[in-house]
Parts: sequence; C-alpha cells; structure tokens
Amino acid sequence: MNPENYIILSGLLFTIGALGVMIRRNAIVVFMSIELMLNAANLAFVSFARINGTLDGQVVAFFVMIVAAAEVVVGLAIIVTIFRTRRSASIDEPNLLKY
Amino acid sequence: MIGTGAVVAQTAPLLAPLNAATGIFQYIWVLIALPLAGAIILLTTGSLLKRWGHIIGVATVGVSAILGIIMLLEMMGRSADDRAFGQTAFTWVFAGQFDVDVAFQLDQLSMVFVLLITIVGTLIHIYSIGYMAHDPDRKRFFGFLNLFIAAMLLLVLADNYLLLYVGWEGVGLASYLLIGFWQYKNSAAAAAKKAFVINRVGDVGLSLAIMLMFVTFGSVTFSSVFANAGEASDSTLTWIGLLLLLAAAGKSAQFPLQAWLLDAMEGPTPVSALIHAATMVTAGVYLIVRSNAIYDRTVFAATAVVVVGVITMIIGAIIGSAKDDIKKALAGSTMSQIGYMVLAAGLGPIGYVFAIFHLLTHGVFKANLFLSAGSVMHGMNNGVNMRRFGALRAAMIITFGAFTAGYLAIIGIPPFSGFYSKDKIIHAAFEQSNIVGIAGVLAAGITGFYMTRMIVMTFFGKARWEDDAHPHESPPVMTIPLIILGFGSAFTGMALVYWGDIETWLTPVTGLEERELAIPTVVLEMLTLATVLVGVGVAIWIYRRSVPIEPPQKVSVLTVAARQNMFDDAINDVVAVRPTWYTARFLVWFDNRAVDGFVNGLAAAVGGVSGRLRRIQTGFTRTYALVMVIGVLAVLTALGLVMLP
Repeated sequence: MNPENYIILSGLLFTIGALGVMIRRNAIVVFMSIELMLNAANLAFVSFARINGTLDGQVVAFFVMIVAAAEVVVGLAIIVTIFRTRRSASIDEPNLLKY
Repeated sequence: MIGTGAVVAQTAPLLAPLNAATGIFQYIWVLIALPLAGAIILLTTGSLLKRWGHIIGVATVGVSAILGIIMLLEMMGRSADDRAFGQTAFTWVFAGQFDVDVAFQLDQLSMVFVLLITIVGTLIHIYSIGYMAHDPDRKRFFGFLNLFIAAMLLLVLADNYLLLYVGWEGVGLASYLLIGFWQYKNSAAAAAKKAFVINRVGDVGLSLAIMLMFVTFGSVTFSSVFANAGEASDSTLTWIGLLLLLAAAGKSAQFPLQAWLLDAMEGPTPVSALIHAATMVTAGVYLIVRSNAIYDRTVFAATAVVVVGVITMIIGAIIGSAKDDIKKALAGSTMSQIGYMVLAAGLGPIGYVFAIFHLLTHGVFKANLFLSAGSVMHGMNNGVNMRRFGALRAAMIITFGAFTAGYLAIIGIPPFSGFYSKDKIIHAAFEQSNIVGIAGVLAAGITGFYMTRMIVMTFFGKARWEDDAHPHESPPVMTIPLIILGFGSAFTGMALVYWGDIETWLTPVTGLEERELAIPTVVLEMLTLATVLVGVGVAIWIYRRSVPIEPPQKVSVLTVAARQNMFDDAINDVVAVRPTWYTARFLVWFDNRAVDGFVNGLAAAVGGVSGRLRRIQTGFTRTYALVMVIGVLAVLTALGLVMLP
C-alpha cells in the first residue's frame, strides 16, 4: 500500500482533532481531540520513517507517546479538579483568566 | 577730551620680575594664615572658649598688623625697583595648559592694602569688643570678622586672578554672613540676601574676565597677563576691561549695581565700618588699579569706568543728603567717595595713584565716622534716626571729637586727610576733562552739605531725644579706637604726602603721568574749598534752627527720589526682577502644559490603546486555540513560500 495514504490519513485525523478542540465545549472531548492530534502526528512520524527508511521517526513517536501519557495525567487531573469545584466540565465556564 | 593738557612727565609701570621672598617676606602667608586660623578656631569650637573668643579675634589680626608694619619698614629700606616679592605656596590647579599656583605677590600696592586692612581691622576688632559686649553671639561675630580679614588679605595678596577670585568670593561670603548677623530680623536677612545676589552679578563679570584672559593669554597670573596685554586685540582688551568693571561695580556698589549697599547697613555698625566703608567695597578700585595694564590700552573701557564713577559719585552724594538714618546717610557718602576713586582709576596713569591715596584716607576717616555713629547709637538705645538726635556733643564729647575729625577730613578742609586726596583727584580729573572735573567739584560741594547736615542734626541744635534715651559716652574699649582713628583722619593725608610720598611709592606699580593745567593748582584748590564751604553754609542755614521730628512731606522731587535711593529698587524690579519672574511663570506654564502635556498624553495614549487591546484576552480556550491554529498556518504558509521555489 502506498505510504502516502497514511500521510493523508494523518492529515485528516489532525484536522478533525484541531476542529474538535476549537468547536467542542466538553473538556473531556476537547482533551480527546488533543490526543487525536498527537496521534495523527505520531502516524505522520512513523509513515515518514517508513518512506525514508530510517528509524528516527519511530523513535520520536515513542517519545511523543510518553509525553502524551504524562500530559494525560496532568490534564485529566486539572479537568477533574475543575469539575469538582464548578460542577461542570464545560470549557467555556472557567473563563476567569481574562482582561 | 576738552581739558587735556600737554603731558609734562610720564613714568611707565615697572614690569620687573618679582623678587624671591626672603627674610621677613618669607612670612607673607602668615599674614593670611593668622586671621584664618582665628576664624577656624572661633567658628568650630562651639561654646568652648566663649569668654575668650574676642581675645583670639583681636590677637590674630593684631599680630598680622604688626607683621605688616615690619614688612613695610623692611620694604621702605629697599630701593624702588626691589620692593615687589613673590612667593609660591603650592601648585593649586595643574591640568593640561591650565596651571595655577597658590602664590602671593607683595608689592607696594598690596603693602598699603595690607596695612589698611590689618590696622583699621584691628581697631575695629577692639571697638567691637565693647559694641558687641551684650550680644550672646559675640564669638561668632569675631569668627566672621576674622574670616573677612583673611579673605580680604588673600584678595590683595594673590598673584593671579583666580586666587584673587577666591578672596573676592570669600569677602562676599563674610559680608553676607555679617550683614545677616542678626538674622532673626527679617530686614537683616533680606538685606544679606540682596547684597549676595547683586554681588553675584558682578562676580559673573569677574569669572568671565578670567576665562577671557586664560583664552587670550594662556595664563591668569598678573605678571604674564600684564606683560602680554599689548599683544591682545583691542576688542578683547575692551571686553576684559568692561567685565572687570562689572565686577568692580558689584563689589564696590557702583552704578548700576549700587542698590545693596544702603540695605547692608542692617548689619552691626563695626561691620559697616570695616566691610562697607573701609575695605571690602574698595576691592573694586583695587581690581581696576591692579589691572592698569589693561585699562591703559582700552580707551573705551577706561571711559566707561570714569562714567560709572561720576554717576555714582553724584547719586551717592544726593542720597546721602536726604537720608535721616545716620548709617544710611554715611552709606550714601561711601558710595559717593568710592565713585571718586573709580573715577580717578578710570583716568589712567594720571589717576591711579590718587585713587589709591583717596582709598587709604577714606578707609581711615570713613571707618572713624561709622564707628562714631556706632558710638552715638550705643548711647541712644541703638536709634539711628538723626531727627531724634541733636545736642549730643556735651553728652559724648570723645565721640563728638572723633566725628568732627572725620567730618573735617571728608569735606576736605586743609590740612585734614580728605583735602589732600580729594583735591588730587579733582586735579587729575581736570587734567583729563573739564566736565569730569566740574562734576568732582560739585560732588565735593554736596559732600560739604550732607556731612554738615549730619553733624548739625546729631550733635548741635536742640535735644529731640526719645523719652527713654539717656545718652552717655561709650566705654574706653570703644573710645580708644575712636581717638586713634580720629587722629588718623586728621593726619593720614599729610603723612602719606610728606612722609610716605605715596606718589613715588606707588608709581612702580601703576605708572604716573602729569599734565599741564590751564588753571593753577592753587586756584583749583580755592575753587573746591569755596564750593565745599557753600555746601556747608547751605546746610547750616537750613538746619540751624529746628529740625522737625517727622520728616517733612512737601519736598522737592530730588529729595523724594533720594529718600527712595534713586528708585534703584523700582528700576531693578523693572529691569531684572519682573522679567525673571515672568520668564519663570512662562516656563512653569510651559512645563505644566507643553512638557507635562506631552508626557501625560503619551501615557494616556498607551493606556487607552492597551485598554482596548486587552479585550483580545477573552478567557475562552477555543479562541486561543483558533489563534494558535491561525498562527501555525501563517508560519507554515510563510515557510512554504520561502522554501518552495
């Protein structure tokens, strides 16, 4: 199968993720969309590694996974805390950090 | 010039190098150091030595005076071209081409000044012991007096203009401190400030003159400036001459900077006698005579000096004729007499010697008159209004005697001092110009008038004393200096002419020129004497009967003007004070509106713009995400445009 298709798939997934971040209000869904973008990027890394015949992209993909795991821990903890204090997981509610 | 006669004899000043100071002349610096040490001790030891302060003050100046007399005797034993000594104490400023030493020059001119300052200074110090006996701050007073003596000696002993400037400022400071000695009196504090500010105008002239000399001659020592004066351009010399004249006018209370002297009488009377009659106010005359090499080469500046002298001589005499305050009348007289000296100094080599001659005799007899006035005030509860004096000659016979000696000296009755010195000046003035000569005779007549008015109002007529006044003679500590100065007033002139031969003495420093005169000297002397006697007669005729206690209001315009010091305050107000005030007000307005307006406007603009810009921070996560995506897309697009061909 042509590896370029994977690149296209990666682009589609990234776009869906980005749109999800911008459009959705539920913090959990927004968080999922971010994960989708990260994994789209991972897919692109792996595909390019395959195309170029080097291992660099695969190594980076592992690093991304690790960072993503750590990020999930922090991110989910924040979301849970916000939910506990405000009784809502809406991303529009906590807008205190403004002018 | 109208009355210029043919030159009979001419002697140029000697510009010989100074002799190294040997023998007694090694101690030139001690002359200054002693009073300076006295001032430092008196001003830094607080209430310590309080009971002995005046002894220290008198002793330091007295030893300086004795040292000065020894130096004079030593100097008189030498030949005329061997009488100038130079001594370098240490290098003061050494920067590139600018090289100034603290160095002293003792020549015939400095010598007579040293004697005048120290001897009259010692007498006035002794007098002050009695005059200030009841003042709790007498020690501070003596400290200031010593500081003045030290600064004045530095002024006349300096061998360069920069060191002279230090002394010049020093005497200005001492004058300020002493005029305002009773600083709790508002009038005294204001008078001190006025004297200081007006003197500052003159000091600017002196500092500019020094700068101009350094630029022109590359040095500020007397010897090199005078030796090279011939090489400078006429306009440069004229400017130096005019700037030095400005300096002299400030220090010597000459027109147009004369306004401070009358107010300066707020100080204690010994201060008026020492600083504002005998010594400091004559520093301007010293400066002009010392700079004779410059004035000899610039007719314009020299003529300006004569004009200033004549104007001051006349207005001072008129002011002196209208004042009821005995000290202010004497202050007007001082202005007038210094006007004579300045006039003589402006005449060139025919006048320098007589300017200094009159300065010396005036220093003695005016100190005498002021101290006598102080003695009268001492016996009259510190009253100064002559309309409340009268018939005091019986009550204070010694004071009356001293005052009379000073009176005869200042109006120029032969053989008293003023006769010799003033007639010499009038003679020299006629040699140069008839108009100046006539002005001199006229001023001598007015002098006769106001001095007679003063002595009649104070010592003769009926007693017009205030109810609580009990006139009494002053203690011996005050009357003994008066007696000495009284004899000095009588005989200084004669001594300097017949024994000291002042003309020959000063000629090596100043040069001398004599001219043929159309009218014989005797006729001129008779003319002057007759004019003086007319003035005396008019004064006796007016004041012989009663003197009203309240000053009469129906008086001539001239009297009104004289009572207001020739409107000098009003003129200064229009010429200097108000323009400064308006400029300041405009600048405040400009600062508030234009400068602050610009700065505040800028701040308001930044504030306003940022107030609108902060609305971008909505707090919505989605907005930030959108901005981020747009940013990434923009960067990628830009990169794509650059990278892809």
